[in-house]
Amino acid sequence: MDKITKVTGVALPFAYDNVDTDQIIPAEYLKITRREGLGRHLFNNWRYLENGEPNPNFILNDQRYRNACILVAGRNFGIGSSREHAVWALADYGFKAIIAASFGDIFYENAAKNGLVCVILDDKELDTVRRAALNQPLELEVDVERLLISYSGMELRFKMDQATQNRLLTGLDDIEYTLKFYSHKIHEYEAKKPAFLGPRKVDLEGLEKAFE
Amino acid sequence: MAGLSVFQKIWNDHIVANEGDRFLIYIDRHLVHEVTSPIAFRSLRERGLTVRRSDLTLATVDHNVPTTDRAKPIDDKLSAQQIEALRVNAKSNNLPLLDYQSPLQGIVHVVGPELGFVLPGVTVACGDSHTSTNGALGALGFGVGTSEIEMVLATQSLWLRKPATMLVEIRGSLRSGVTPKDVALNFIGRVGVGGCIGYAVEYGGPLVEQLSVEERMTLANLTTEAGGRTGIVSPDEKSIEFVYGKPYAPQGEEWDRAVNYWKTLKSDGDAEYDKSVDIGVSDLEPQVTWGTDPSMVCGVSERIPNPERFRDHQQRRKAEKALEYMGLKPGTRIDEINVDAVFIGSCTNARLGDLIQAARVVVGRRVSPRVKAIVVPGSQLVKRRAERLGLHRVFIEAGFEWRNSGCSLCLGMNSDRLAAGTRCVSTSNRNFENRQGFGVRTHLTSPIMAAAAALEGRFIDARELSLGNVGIGG
Repeated sequence: MDKITKVTGVALPFAYDNVDTDQIIPAEYLKITRREGLGRHLFNNWRYLENGEPNPNFILNDQRYRNACILVAGRNFGIGSSREHAVWALADYGFKAIIAASFGDIFYENAAKNGLVCVILDDKELDTVRRAALNQPLELEVDVERLLISYSGMELRFKMDQATQNRLLTGLDDIEYTLKFYSHKIHEYEAKKPAFLGPRKVDLEGLEKAFE
Repeated sequence: MAGLSVFQKIWNDHIVANEGDRFLIYIDRHLVHEVTSPIAFRSLRERGLTVRRSDLTLATVDHNVPTTDRAKPIDDKLSAQQIEALRVNAKSNNLPLLDYQSPLQGIVHVVGPELGFVLPGVTVACGDSHTSTNGALGALGFGVGTSEIEMVLATQSLWLRKPATMLVEIRGSLRSGVTPKDVALNFIGRVGVGGCIGYAVEYGGPLVEQLSVEERMTLANLTTEAGGRTGIVSPDEKSIEFVYGKPYAPQGEEWDRAVNYWKTLKSDGDAEYDKSVDIGVSDLEPQVTWGTDPSMVCGVSERIPNPERFRDHQQRRKAEKALEYMGLKPGTRIDEINVDAVFIGSCTNARLGDLIQAARVVVGRRVSPRVKAIVVPGSQLVKRRAERLGLHRVFIEAGFEWRNSGCSLCLGMNSDRLAAGTRCVSTSNRNFENRQGFGVRTHLTSPIMAAAAALEGRFIDARELSLGNVGIGG
C-alpha cells in the first residue's frame, strides 16, 4: 500500500445518511474474483437508469464533480455488509477520502487497509463543509499527518485513532509486518492454548456419509 | 477493582501483542465462504503463503448458491466460478469444505455453531458482517473484509482496535407471539443503524437468560444492523448444553475442562461498561419495517409514519425517500398493506426453532394465491431435522416452496431474486434498497409474522391466528 500523507482535490457533497454498502456496490457485482474495475458499478442502482443511461439527477453524473476525489457524506456511511468491494469500488472510481459524521466499523477498517482515508467530523462541521461543496466545486485538502482539513482559507481539525493514522502514513502491509515482527509471539500464544478449545479432529467425509 | 464483562475476558485471553491502541488478537476459528474469499486466497498465493492453520478454518458455500435442485449444475457462470475457486483453494490449503452437495452445507453462521466448530469463549472471524451471530454461544465474532480474511489465513490473528462496551439489559417478558426478532428490530428502531457503532454489545437480563440459544442467535445476529462491532451473551448452562455432543466440540476429559473454563467467562456482577441501556419489552408487539433500513420500523398495529414527524432534516429526507421507494403513503395502516412474496430464511431466522414457529401458524392453512412464498432452511441439517418433524409437508401442503439451504433472498445473489416492484416480507436482516432484486420492496419481520402474511396476502398480527401443532409423530 502507498503511504498517504495528504489528499487534495474536488469535494463531492453526498446527500444522505446511512448509506449502506449494498448501495455503494450491489451484491451482483460481488461475483468477481478480481478487485479492479468495480468503479464502473459504484452506486450502480442510483447512478444509472433502468435502461443503463446515467441518471441525470444523481450527483456522480453532474459534470461539475466529474473529477471529485473526496466524498462528503453524512452519518453512518458504509454500514451493513462487510464487502470490501465497497471500498474497492470507491477507490477504483477515484475517491481517495471520505468525510462523514460516522462510518460503519467494518467499512472503516476495510478503507484503512486500502489507503482510503476516512475523516470523522461532527454533524455541524460536516454540514459546513457539505454546504461549501454544494454551491460550487470545492478544492479541499485532507492532511493525514496534521489531522487537518482545509479549504478556501478555512481549517478544521479532526481526530483519527493512532493505529489507523499510522497505517495510512506508513503504508505498512499488515501481513508482511505481522509475519516479520510477531511470528514468534503468535507461536508462543499458540503453544499456551489449551487443547480443550479445539476443535476436535473430525473425519468430515465420514460425518457427511452419516448424514446422507 | 471492578469485575470484567464476558467480552473483556475473552478479549484479554486472546491478546497476542499490542501496539498502543491496536491489539493483535488471536483468531480461534475462521469461517470462509465463496464470495468474499477468492481474492484473499489469490493474494495469499501471490505472497507464496498457504493457510497457517487449516485445522482452525472451515469453508462452506452459501452466499450465491441456488436453493433449487442440487443434482443440477449451477446455471450462473460467475457463481459456479466462485464456488469452483473455493474448491480449488480449499483443496490446495487442505481446508474442510462443506460443498454444494454436502448434507452439512448451509449458511456460514448456522453451520459453525451447529457442528460445534464454534464454541463458547472462542474468537471467530468471517468475511461476513453477521459473524456476530456466534455471540449467542458466548463466542466473540468479528465480521471482516477480504484484506482481513487474508490476514487471518496468513497469521491466524487480526489487528483490532478495542471496541467500547455496551450492556443492553432486556427487562420484562415477551407476550405470546412476540419474538427476539421483534425485540431486536425495536431496539434498532430506538438507537438507529449507527447506534452501536464502535461497541461490543452484550445482551443481558432475565429475558435473555430465558431465551434459547437459537433465539439468542437472532439477537446477536442483528447487532450488526445497529452498527455494533460484535454482539455477545455470557455463556451459561444453555450454551454449554447446545454444544454438547456436536462433532467438533471437545469430548471426555477435554469436555470437562472446557466446561470449567466456560463457567469462568460469565460477566461479573460488578463488570463496568462504557454504556448501559435498559429496554423494557413487556408491551412490545410484533414489529414490521416500513422503510429501507432496519431502524425504520413500527408495531403491527401502527400506521406508516409521516416523515414530517422527524425533526431531524436528514432523517426526514431519508424517510421521504424510503417511502417513495417502498411505494407507501404516510398514515397507511400496516395491516392494509398487501404483499406479493414471503421469504422465510437467512442466518437471522432460519434455524429449526424458527421453522417450527412458522409452521405452527401455517399448518392446515393455505398461502394466499397472490403470494409466492419460499422457505429456505439455514442449513441442510436444519432442513433434514425439519423434515423429520414433517415441517416440509406443512409448508408444501400450504403452498410454500421448500428449498435447499443458502443465503438466497437475504442478499439476492442467486436466482431467487424477485422482480422490480415486488413487496416481500422477509425474515432476514436487511431491507436496503434493491437488496432482494432491483426495485424490490422488503419488509423485515419475525418468522410467524412472515408466515401469517403469506397466508393472508397482507400483513396481519400473527397473534390473531390460532396455532396448530406440528412435529408430533411427524
